[in-house]
Amino acid sequence: MGAQGSILFSGVGGQGILLASEIMAYALLAAGYDAKKSEVHGMAQRGGSVTAQLRYGDKVYSPLIEPGRADIQVAFEMMEAVRYLPYLHKGSTVIVNTQKILPPAVATGQTSYPESVLDHITALGIKVVLVDAFDLAREVGEVRTANVVMVGAVSTFLPMDASVYEGIISARVPARFRDVNLQAFAAGRKVSQ
Amino acid sequence: MTERTDPLWMSGNEAIALAAYEAGVKVASGYPGTPSTEILENLSRYEGVYTEWAPNEKVGLEVAIGASFAGVRALATMKHVGLNVAADPLFTASYTGVRGGLVVIVADDPEMHSSQNEQDSRNYAFAAKLPMLEPSDPAEAKELLKLAFAISEEYDTPVLFRITTRIAHVKGVITKGEMLSSSVTPGIEKMPAKFVMLPGNARARRVVVEERMRLLREMAENAPYNVVEMGDSRRGFITSSVSYLYVKAAFPEAKVLKLGMCWPLPEQMIRDFANSVDQLYVVEELDPFLELHIKAMGIACHGKDLIPNQGELNTAIVRKSIDPTSVAELFAPVALPMRPPNMCAGCPHRGIFYNLSRMKVFVSGDIGCYTLGFLPPLSAMDSCVCMGASVGIAHGMAKALGDDAKGKIVSVIGDSTFIHTGLSGLINTVYNGSSSLLIILDNRITAMTGQQNNPASGYSIKGEAANAIDLEALCRAVGVKHVDVVNPHDINACRKVLDKALECDEVSVVIARAPCVLIPEMKKAANIPYRTQVASCTGCMACVRLGCPAISWNPVSPEKAKSLGYKEKQKGFALINEVQCNGCGQCRALCKFDAIVRQEA
Repeated sequence: MGAQGSILFSGVGGQGILLASEIMAYALLAAGYDAKKSEVHGMAQRGGSVTAQLRYGDKVYSPLIEPGRADIQVAFEMMEAVRYLPYLHKGSTVIVNTQKILPPAVATGQTSYPESVLDHITALGIKVVLVDAFDLAREVGEVRTANVVMVGAVSTFLPMDASVYEGIISARVPARFRDVNLQAFAAGRKVSQ
Repeated sequence: MTERTDPLWMSGNEAIALAAYEAGVKVASGYPGTPSTEILENLSRYEGVYTEWAPNEKVGLEVAIGASFAGVRALATMKHVGLNVAADPLFTASYTGVRGGLVVIVADDPEMHSSQNEQDSRNYAFAAKLPMLEPSDPAEAKELLKLAFAISEEYDTPVLFRITTRIAHVKGVITKGEMLSSSVTPGIEKMPAKFVMLPGNARARRVVVEERMRLLREMAENAPYNVVEMGDSRRGFITSSVSYLYVKAAFPEAKVLKLGMCWPLPEQMIRDFANSVDQLYVVEELDPFLELHIKAMGIACHGKDLIPNQGELNTAIVRKSIDPTSVAELFAPVALPMRPPNMCAGCPHRGIFYNLSRMKVFVSGDIGCYTLGFLPPLSAMDSCVCMGASVGIAHGMAKALGDDAKGKIVSVIGDSTFIHTGLSGLINTVYNGSSSLLIILDNRITAMTGQQNNPASGYSIKGEAANAIDLEALCRAVGVKHVDVVNPHDINACRKVLDKALECDEVSVVIARAPCVLIPEMKKAANIPYRTQVASCTGCMACVRLGCPAISWNPVSPEKAKSLGYKEKQKGFALINEVQCNGCGQCRALCKFDAIVRQEA
């Protein structure tokens, strides 16, 4: 196989990043890869900027992605797509939820939200895929599935079939939320197909 | 591709819990602390293991020592600063040794992701004369923990088991193992020469400790987890813990001595390894622990002359430190508004800190979610040192300043932290008489570490009904005469009580009681959010200054202001995000223009 890669998840505490990165990890394991994932819990979770780092390959040593070596970044919030720019390289793909969550300095009127923030990435020639995950989640009937919309959008950049993800989602979300999550996954997948 | 039918995908903490279960642990106690908390949380879900949250790490370790004396395998868990609290029983348990296997897990937090310092707990192994094991990832943690119990019983010693954030909170592939059990028979065994550490007995045990460490040093030379990995001998690395993984990723070709036990060290093995390589590098996070002891053997090596002694390491840091020519060119970071953690929408602490931010007082703070009261816009905390310190520090300031401190010193502590070690501070304040005000932020839960029950919650670790401490009665019992209970969401009423308490000539306690919005009962309860009547907003920003994540400021141009029916000079309006609002009503109390109203139920 020989393939290996690193996926950086970034966003704001409470956006469901951990579940999304779990689904991705299970999908990679199902495909036979070794994997490691780093998370940070505790104080950093209270509405702050959060990341999860997922590395996969034949054999994974370090659980941390090296700067300059994230192949895919899944950003759950627009500004958080740019905060970890030093982790990206020219061939990276950045999948961005276009949702904006105001940080305290913006919410309290001390500064404004950097509206054209994604220009910093596109100017470098890095591929950016925009996903209106919040709106798509609302369309399927549950705004809290925005994270699974993002999983759908990322899924086309990895070799596993949709059925692998669908099986994992079905097994890992409560039965009453299964259909809406599968729809969210399909909606996200359609964006990047 | 290898077929993997049902891989166990677990964090280090989940893997350790499974290992404790498989090792036959019968009693486990600890106090929550990031990054150690999930070990006991997960272990509490296994059948046949007694688990509990103790009021602090010292009690937790003492419970584990008792279980070991009774002949069962026992576990104590804590974060690095918790081991300071538990250091007293630890150092003497080193002398008593064990009956049932006893393992003390300590989780260090290099980089201080969620801690007030980044001490290196390996120094405790040296100081307390105890063996310490150090896994590098979740799979190894699981194997090593089971070995730790065998070592404990074979060598009659507590075993320290050190993990870090990047082991505790890293997920990896795990395999289930066989169930083990202790060969010790549980029961009451009177062994005074071993268990009663008064000087005469302790002197005899002191000799036993030295002999034990000698045997452990011998054992370390052939231990299966101290391993030489052959490779290019121009660079040789001695490393342990997660640093081993960074070395393997940065220098996959190099020869490596990987230590699974960082104390005591296998001197002959290290000497042979050093002789077999051209350049010897010791790669470790935080203190030069291995390096110092290797240099003390008279072996020359590189270590902290190249590798940082602060913060976490990673592959790039290890590579760059050893080989500065290898630096990769990276995209420059972009300056963005910071996104620090914040108290939740509807957090009861916010109401107290809003009031404190408007009072001319020194706020002696403590460890918990409420430490976030330090951050703008409230900026209402002036010191924070360690668990329980708020009360003693306030008393010390009051004594130092005498009358000048009257009405100006407030200490703030959470319910769990108060029970942890704040109570003894309050006893001192009463006994030695100072007039500082103590606010107990009673949100019924240990919140910061992820909502663990505590002795004031009324529930056990398993969520079963338990005694709930009556904090008012407790404060009165230690001699506090002035105890008030307030609802912190009621900002205006709260301010009156705080002002009155500050005028008091004796110590006074205000208990600010409202549950954490993240506890299951609160999540299940019907939430009636508030909303903004935008037309009534005058842009005074009173609500914005709460710093609630559900309230945002929306600037408007003079034209837009006019079109909204505002005065032309109105700079903007505040808006409540009704999805995020938890209905606490603190902002409603601050709005003088009735622009904030409750949704119809």
